[in-house]
Amino acid sequence: MKMRFLVLAAGLVSMPALVAAQQATLPSSTAAQAPADEGLTGSVSDENEWQDLGIAIPSFPTNASVATAAEGGNTEALGRNVARVVFNDLRNNGLFKPVGPDQLPEVAFPQVAAPTFDTWRGRSAEMLVQGFVKANDDGRLTVGCYLYDVALGSELARQGYVVKPEEWRRAAHKCADMVYSRLSGESPFFDSKIAYIAETGPKDRRRKQLAIMDSDGANHRFITNGQATALTPRYSPDYSRIVYLSYLNGAPRIYVYNVGTGQQTLVTSSTNPTFAPRWSPDGKWILYSMAMAGNTDIYRVPSTGGQSTRLTDSPGIDVGGSYSPDGSKIVFESDRSGSQQLYVMDADGSNQKRISFFGGRAATPEWSPRGDQIAFTHIGGNFRIAVTDPYGKGMRFLTDSWQDEAPTWSPNGRIVQFFRTERGSGKTGIWQVDLTGRNERKLNTPVDGSDPAWGPVLP
Amino acid sequence: MNRSILIAGVAAVTLGLGACASKPKQLPPEPGTTTTTQTAPQPTQPTGPVPGSQADFVASVISDTVNFDTDRYNIDASDQGILQSQASWLARYPAKSITIEGHCDERGTRDYNIALGERRANAAKNYLVSLGVDPSRVTVVSYGKERPLALGSDEDSWARNRRAVTVTVN
Repeated sequence: MKMRFLVLAAGLVSMPALVAAQQATLPSSTAAQAPADEGLTGSVSDENEWQDLGIAIPSFPTNASVATAAEGGNTEALGRNVARVVFNDLRNNGLFKPVGPDQLPEVAFPQVAAPTFDTWRGRSAEMLVQGFVKANDDGRLTVGCYLYDVALGSELARQGYVVKPEEWRRAAHKCADMVYSRLSGESPFFDSKIAYIAETGPKDRRRKQLAIMDSDGANHRFITNGQATALTPRYSPDYSRIVYLSYLNGAPRIYVYNVGTGQQTLVTSSTNPTFAPRWSPDGKWILYSMAMAGNTDIYRVPSTGGQSTRLTDSPGIDVGGSYSPDGSKIVFESDRSGSQQLYVMDADGSNQKRISFFGGRAATPEWSPRGDQIAFTHIGGNFRIAVTDPYGKGMRFLTDSWQDEAPTWSPNGRIVQFFRTERGSGKTGIWQVDLTGRNERKLNTPVDGSDPAWGPVLP
Repeated sequence: MNRSILIAGVAAVTLGLGACASKPKQLPPEPGTTTTTQTAPQPTQPTGPVPGSQADFVASVISDTVNFDTDRYNIDASDQGILQSQASWLARYPAKSITIEGHCDERGTRDYNIALGERRANAAKNYLVSLGVDPSRVTVVSYGKERPLALGSDEDSWARNRRAVTVTVN
């Protein structure tokens, strides 16, 4: 019924040519805010009607095929590639059953704004995503994206994006985000990036390199060459920096890597080992863990450098930490009770309280960007990804394998990525699962992967 | 829980041979790290390792490695024997420094294991210091679970990987 509401709200809008606007004005923002008071997490994703929603995504035609530096070489070929990216985003999400441009007839440019609904009804499509690609005089590209309800013969949403040729995939991700948001009522997440550790080599001499990629695995890039073991990266909220652990001079230390300049700096000048770095949501602070004489505590330092503040002082191992989205609280891991468990404290280190009382051990907590859930590694025999609310209630498992660990949230808090280790071989892979626990899949990475860290949606 | 069974099993397999400490952990030399000097045949000419070298260290001490139980970092009686032999060697070569590498098995999370490996290496260091070794001669580094020695995913491999290894420097 949520869908019906969206249909009515969108109404019938006639279709002038798109102006070169970064974002069109349809009320997608109100739809995106709706789920905040929906109650139980996962309910929206769990509705079966979405599973069978047929979405047709034909190739995006162009007004005139012009050479472009973007993939395909000209705007006509590019239009097919854009539609493919939209198709793959929506298909891999697991909620929809899209049909892509390689299985569908071409549409003519004028039909983008005036679909032949009868044809699509004949193909049993319920939703239709059309769009176009146009080369601008300044070398940039305009990509239009339209979502139609085929049964009602009406437009649900549309947006236009102006991008540089090398950023053409971002336009496709924005289009997929628009469709996903409009149909699910959730916030977008496709136009985002992931930092992770690329792994190669045998178990006892594993090469671990810092690498980055788009949320769909494209634009993959190795950042470090693997001579020094790199671990546990985290993208800064604005994607300008990556904080990570490196054994660069033989000892584990946290470095802040500047993506633009390629320069990196130590997060603190202390000679003690530092590890498990995390950003605050506003990017102003970095949490890190530091061991002194065998005792590990959590510290906070301005991300621009400066004086560190110690937040925990238990004689046990206090490690990790993840801010609540408003920055007021931190969930972290401590073995002060005798085994790894989850604790929540205020951002200044006060009011430390254990929240995990569900048996087994609990590690690597990560606060959802929505604030309503904490994902963590549950250790009880096997290692499984689980979620709980911030008070330790409603714990449930999302995965069931031999060793799944280190969850990271999609920007909209609906999907959790983690890494899975194979028993025996030690081979690792990045996986993701949605909050229903049903839609689980392995990400395609050029080599093995671990320690995924998902960044926010790009502006 | 089956840790204790495992320990008992390992101990049962180990025949004491009248060594000063019953030492289950040293016996099978690691492939690749075997030194040729386990039983030096009383040479007329010094053909053994260079005094004060890493090879000399390995040949002189009970073991370069102490092992730990799951999630533990305490130095038990057999570990003490090993570390005492390391301390005597260090007393003989006061110019030498060491690095103690702390390791964990794969059945832990990455961040935590770095902290735990650090704790293990420090436990070994603290015991050496209690035996009179100058702390400035001892550095520690934790590799967490990133550098396993035994490659299996079984209790025996994990027991071997939970370790603190002493390496000489200079």
